[in-house]
Order: sequence, then structure tokens, then C-alpha cells
Amino acid sequence: MLPTVPTPTTQASDRADGDAAPASTATTAARRQIPSASRATGPRRETMLAWGFLAPSIVVFLLFLLYPLGRTVYLSMHGNDIIGRPSRFVGLSHFEEMFTGEFGKILLVTALFTLGVVVPGAIGALAVVLLLESQIRAQRFFRSAFVLPFAFSVASASVIFAVFYNPASGVLNGLLYQLGLGQVAWLTSTEMALISICLTTVWMNLGYGVLILAAGVGSIPKEVNEAALLDGAAGPRRAWYITIPLLGPQLFFLIVISTINALQGFGQIHILTQGGPVGSTTTLVYSIYENAFAYGTSDFGRASAQALVLLLMVLICTAVQFGVIERKVHYS
Amino acid sequence: MRTTLGRVLIYAVLLLALIPVLFPVYYVFAGTFMEPRELSTFPPQLIPTGFHLDNIQRVLDAVPLMRMYGNSIVMAGIITVAQLATSVLAAYAFVFLKFRGSAVVFALFLSTLMVPAEATFIPNYLTISGWGMHNSYLGLVLPFLAYAFGTFLLRQSFKQFPLELRDAARVDGMGHLRFLWTILLPLNKPALSAVGVYVFISSWNMYFWPLIMTRTTEMQTLQIGLNSLKNAESANPGLWLAGAALSVLPTLALVIFGQRFIVRGLTAGAVK
Repeated sequence: MLPTVPTPTTQASDRADGDAAPASTATTAARRQIPSASRATGPRRETMLAWGFLAPSIVVFLLFLLYPLGRTVYLSMHGNDIIGRPSRFVGLSHFEEMFTGEFGKILLVTALFTLGVVVPGAIGALAVVLLLESQIRAQRFFRSAFVLPFAFSVASASVIFAVFYNPASGVLNGLLYQLGLGQVAWLTSTEMALISICLTTVWMNLGYGVLILAAGVGSIPKEVNEAALLDGAAGPRRAWYITIPLLGPQLFFLIVISTINALQGFGQIHILTQGGPVGSTTTLVYSIYENAFAYGTSDFGRASAQALVLLLMVLICTAVQFGVIERKVHYS
Repeated sequence: MRTTLGRVLIYAVLLLALIPVLFPVYYVFAGTFMEPRELSTFPPQLIPTGFHLDNIQRVLDAVPLMRMYGNSIVMAGIITVAQLATSVLAAYAFVFLKFRGSAVVFALFLSTLMVPAEATFIPNYLTISGWGMHNSYLGLVLPFLAYAFGTFLLRQSFKQFPLELRDAARVDGMGHLRFLWTILLPLNKPALSAVGVYVFISSWNMYFWPLIMTRTTEMQTLQIGLNSLKNAESANPGLWLAGAALSVLPTLALVIFGQRFIVRGLTAGAVK
């Protein structure tokens, strides 16, 4: 990058500008060879312009990202005073109480939800893409069809699945009935509620996974597939030994992004179960919402401490992602 | 090599897999056109007996759905335009302007992407409520006026622009802003569309922030309206489906007709 330019150099290059008064493209090109040299307008004006262009973004980031992070740390060490303002210093007690069973359950639900969304989602998307990739007709039609759920917002998907999950008139229990099977309390039993939430989320996210992996398949060089065919690798063998290994980076990206998304999953829980029954679908994000916004008395302090845990989890995921991408996932 | 049987098998599996994927898409529209009693039969009926418009009519009476539609359009529209503007300017600075610390600032921009929005919602809620902007359009959009993802994507695209052409324009006395507006942006329409479509869909679908930022039904976005609808009309699933069907039309159109832009936006980070 730019060296720390001492003023004399800048002045010198300014003078050089003055000498080459009728600037030609040749001198402009030559000047670009020297990183510290200025363009026709002079470095100071260019620097000011650059900061001017960056300013709108920086202001938003400072006000709504950096300052909030600091304030979250502050709030996490405070409890409500008698008029409900989060101003009573409580030290690290919000973090200490995390080692009790209640928060452990929230983390367990979060982990189960993440697993139940990421694993079936990645396997499902991979299966669809491998089938699509086997040179069938109407490939484009099929891919578009599988991507269609991507259009559905978390709210619309949740509302539709709420209709499906209705115990007395929903299509899922209707199907079970016609198959001669027992009825299921999809959203009201502690065993099923989280599974139902996962099912909704997997449906919502499938299109995204298909898009990511299909783009990966598209970037596999033709020569690789031709060579594989010459060596007699077709069908499942080609998928296992060639396509899946070469999809490594995209699969990895998909898994990390889905994990981050699952950690932030909120709307489907809010609409379908409100975290219940008896906390069986209360994930970390839902717990943050519940503490801070759900009831009349807001516990911003406790919620902020939990928000820091969420932040830490997402940061770990991103760090893993960057770390692995640096070392490359496949052999190219 | 490949047998006919194998090919038939692949089609069969694909079609079978499509049933659970497409059934909800079908059912939201089928259910919208059913009569209330058709939706409460057991085992459930899958095909409407006709195009009954009762659900659509009644959903418009139950909640101010058109007003909510407008709120969503205003919110997603402002966020999209603002993010495009802030991203274009920032990306221009990173690619075409030389200034000390450019690499460091860019790294800082990228690091903002690692922060989950949910971790900032409590202080942002307090800040914006403190400014008296709770339950307002400004409150809905303020934290999302800039987002480094757009800057990142546009920077990639701007870097393709031949510097010689830029220098030629500058030598001809063209200022930065005029160059940006008349030459650079028209040549980067695909990237701008990708960012625009991506930002529009994600802000149209936002749930957590509009939920805590709105108090009255008049200010709710469509997504929050769907939840209100479900609570207010808990015995009428037909109304929920009608609301969901209406709310999904714009994004469905974007996914069907603008898929290449979506693919470009989504896969920018995945394919290196």
C-alpha cells in the first residue's frame, strides 16, 4: 500500500505535476508506476474525496454497529433499577448465572436446532444438485423449481407450515390418517416442536443451498468431467470421487453460512411456538428477544449478556471459515 | 454407460423430491381460493372447488394489508436505494481513489460483516427510541442504510474497469462524480442489479427488527402483519394463507424472473 509519505515527497510529486502541465496519457500511466505519486488532482484532494465517499458508510457503522457493541458490553453488566431502567451495576452476575441449568438448556436447544437445520439442509441440497447435474433434460426447469421456496420469507413460510401443522385440519395429520398412522402434536409436544421448526427452516433454506452448490458444479472445468468419463467414472462413481470433492469449498461455505443463519433463526420460532412448549424451542436468539422485548418488563441486561454469547458464537464460525479458506479446501 | 433405466430412475427421484418442495408453494395459493369450510374438512381437501375470493376479501378487512404492503415497499425501497448509494461511493473510494490506510479501512469494512445484527438490536432499539423514532419509517431503516456486503461486491466489479479508460476520462477533465455517474455505473449494471435484488429481498423479508420497531398495525410491515393476522384470526387459516400468498408475490416474481441476479449476488462469496 501507500508508504507513510513524508511531506517533501508529496511536494516533489506536486512539482512534477506542475512540470508536466499539459498532462498526457503517457505521463499518467508512468505516474501510476510510483505508488506515492499523485494524480492530476493532487493527493490531498483525493484523500479528502475518498473519506467523503466513505463517510456515509462509516457513520452508519459507527452509530449502529460499533457503538451498539460497546453499549451491549455495558448493558450486560447492568440490571434494572426500581423504575425499570438498566442502570444498576451487577458486575458479571449475568454471565455467572449462565452456568445454571436454564441457560444450558437454551444452548442445547440452539445446538439441536442448528444441527437439525444444517445437516439435513446440506445433504438435501447436495442430493438435489448431484441429481440435477447428471445431464438430464429440463435441468433448468428442475433447478428453478427447487429454488422456488427461496422466495418465501420466514413469516410466510411459518404461516403456511402453521396451517400444515394444525392437529385437527392440517395436511400432515391428514396424510398420517390416510396412511393409517397415529396423529402427531406437531407444535404442542415437547418432543416434536423443535423438529417441526427445523422442518420449516429446511424447506425455507433448500433453494439457497441448491443455488450455492449448483454454482459450484458450474465452475468445475469441462476437462475434468471429460477425463473422468474417459477413465470410466460415471454416475455415482463420478459423483463420489469427482463432483463431491471438487464441491468442497462450496459445501464448506454452505455449512458455515447455514450455521450462522441457524444461530440467528428467529421468525419461525416466534410465529410457530413462541419458544414453547416449556422452553423446548427457546434458542439463544429467541431467549434474547424474550428477555428484552417480549414482556412488559424488559431485562436488557440479561438479554445483552446473551447477545454477547451469540456474537461470540458467530465470530467463531466466521473465524473458522476464514481460517479454512486460507488453507483451501480442495486440491487446486 | 448410462442406461435408460438409470435415467428414468433419476427423473422419478427428482419428481418425488419435488413434491414436498413445491407442495407448500401450491397449497398457499390453492388454500387462498378455497372456501372456509373447505379448509376445515378432515382429511383435508387439496384442490379448491372454484376460485373463491372470500379469503382475499376478508383478509383485507381483517388487517390493513394494503397499508402494510406500502410499509414494506417503503422500507425495503429506502434500504435498497440507500445501500446501493453508500456501497457505490465506498467501493469507488476503495478502487479509484488513493488514500492512506485504504487496505486497513477495507479490512475494517469487511469485519463489520461478522457481527450478527441481533447482537446490536437492543442498543439500536434504545438509541432509536431515545430519538423518538420508534414506530416510524426512519426507525425501521436507519441501522440498515449501509452494509459492507454491497461495498465488497461492487468493489469486485469496479476492479474490472480498465484504469487506462478511467485515466483518459480524467485527462479529458471529467470529474470523479461525473465519471462515476455517466461511465462507471452504466457499465456495472449487472453487479448493481445483483446487489439491489439481494438487498431488496433480504429487507423485504426482515422479521426481528420490524417486530420490535413497530407498535401500531398501521406501521407494521407485511411480515409482521402476517403474525398479527395469525393471532387475530386464529380460527381462520384461510386468511393466513391469503395473506401469505399476497405477501410473497413480489419476491416470487423476483425469484422467477430475476434468478440470474440472485445467483450472482448469493454466490459472490461462495465461488472464488
